[in-house]
Amino acid sequence: MNSDAAMSGGAGRPGVGPDTLVLGIETSCDETAAALVLGGTDVVSSVVSSQIDLHAEFGGVVPEVASRAHLESLNPVVERALADAGVGPERVDAVACTVGPGLIGALIVGVSAAKALSLAWEVPFVGVNHLEAHLYSSFLDHGDIGFPLVVLLVSGGHTMLIEMRGHGDYRLLGRTIDDAAGEAFDKVARFLDLGYPGGPAIDAAAELGDPEHIAFPRAMMHDGLDMSFSGLKTAVTNHVRRHPDVGSADVAASFRAAVVDVLVAKTRRAAAEVDAVGIVLGGGVAANALLRTEMAAAGAADGRAVLLPSREMCTDNAAMIAAAGWHRLGVDGPSPLDIGAFPTMPLVSSTSEAHRG
Amino acid sequence: MLILALETATESVGVAIGTSDGPMASVEVARGRRHTETLVPAVEFVCRQADVALAEVTSVAVDIGPGLFTGMRVGIATAKAFAMALDVPIAPVSSLDVLACGVGDTDRVVVPVVDTRKGEVAWSMVRMVHGRIEQLMEPVIGPVEDLVADMMARDQPSVCVGDGAARYRDEITAGVNCEVAGPVHPSPVALLAAAVAMATDEAVCAPHLVEPMYLRAPDATINWATRQVRP
Ligand SMILES: [Zn+2]
Repeated sequence: MNSDAAMSGGAGRPGVGPDTLVLGIETSCDETAAALVLGGTDVVSSVVSSQIDLHAEFGGVVPEVASRAHLESLNPVVERALADAGVGPERVDAVACTVGPGLIGALIVGVSAAKALSLAWEVPFVGVNHLEAHLYSSFLDHGDIGFPLVVLLVSGGHTMLIEMRGHGDYRLLGRTIDDAAGEAFDKVARFLDLGYPGGPAIDAAAELGDPEHIAFPRAMMHDGLDMSFSGLKTAVTNHVRRHPDVGSADVAASFRAAVVDVLVAKTRRAAAEVDAVGIVLGGGVAANALLRTEMAAAGAADGRAVLLPSREMCTDNAAMIAAAGWHRLGVDGPSPLDIGAFPTMPLVSSTSEAHRG
Repeated sequence: MLILALETATESVGVAIGTSDGPMASVEVARGRRHTETLVPAVEFVCRQADVALAEVTSVAVDIGPGLFTGMRVGIATAKAFAMALDVPIAPVSSLDVLACGVGDTDRVVVPVVDTRKGEVAWSMVRMVHGRIEQLMEPVIGPVEDLVADMMARDQPSVCVGDGAARYRDEITAGVNCEVAGPVHPSPVALLAAAVAMATDEAVCAPHLVEPMYLRAPDATINWATRQVRP
């Protein structure tokens, strides 16, 4: 793909341009979301109905509970997105929806509804990869700054470093070999009794603690671009069992510092390897206060732009789905109405993944 | 009146479109558990066969279960989205009522029985009079022995339908004046018939009032509640 075509993105296809209004729908995990985005970048409305309260008592997302809640919330959320935008359905030019990866029972609610809306409104349907959509959350706030970019996608389900060489052109550089970083936050927060979801709970506790109080391990720090967080989680539980009097704020601060150290070091190395023009953060953990400041500082030191999506665009939302859908529509055109949901959908196809190494 | 009926509470997918004069077109796709892929294309297909536009539809009928959770949710999400986009009401019909409608008018008590796995069945008892369903009890879920005890207590000539009746035929028919006959699975044409009666009686409702008939809390909730009451 040459850079002109890459830059033009969705505008390259007849009928898809700056005036194209895309309805995005997201139901892959525990947020029911709908949004209207104009021209792939301008968020006209974005509605997120969080199920956090429903799952909090279980300390994690319960798939059956999530599926039931999506089915109940989706219509009102779509109606609110239209009302907030002050437009009628006749103004919608396309319906984009997450088709994977995610919880199968949750995904099918959004995909079914999106296909029905597309057929009834007689507008294109476009299936979107949730991970690709996270990459686009940063474009919502910043617009294009050129390529290549290195994206650190870090959430409760994923931790990966991706080289983005253009729209739709990705290469996986590294990933966690065990727990996702967000998963480690949740597990440690639960162990310390700090609450759910773990990210914000650890963040709040860590602000009151000493990050150098405990020297937790930084696994695989000098070892390629893959990461590992399950040993760190074990180190935290072992330390607390051996030192029952330790303050949870100090544990939270030391744990958070270890995770952020690894994420920043790996991202810097990846950016240097591909000589990236910028670093992009995405995913729920990208809302972490320390990660944001440390990554911005690292970018400034290395002379690379650092794109930090707003906190609400870090966590799951439908504006990023609509934005990615606008680009997909421009590059590949509509998706067929007989596609299903893909719970384990990879971001990078096997052919691109062959470049890995 | 033009009703679009979505039947997805079992492993297959069925769609029918029609009026009080009966179905104009229907299709059943038995590709196991491919609801998400098949349902909307099946709607396109029946509209084309019936030579009607989706915009002409006046209500959407959907099977709300009990049945296969995945299938029910695909059907209900699709029905709700169609209802919102077309600005029409929904006729929510339980799979038990769809099965009963498949029997048609009879003097006997109709007992639809859905196999909900884990050794349990969901059932209800109805009378079919002039194409209308008269409920004799609220649908329940429980072990087959409870159903048999219920039927023995009522001791009325009855006809059992559904995959639960087929699976537990021997247990159900032993010592009771009962025949296992009629449809094994709910069909889109029977759903359409039930919905025509509801639309005629103005018993259709707004999309937000439509809920799946799970009859069972999520396992996690059950386990959690059990854990909470333990000392
Ligand atoms: Zn996500």
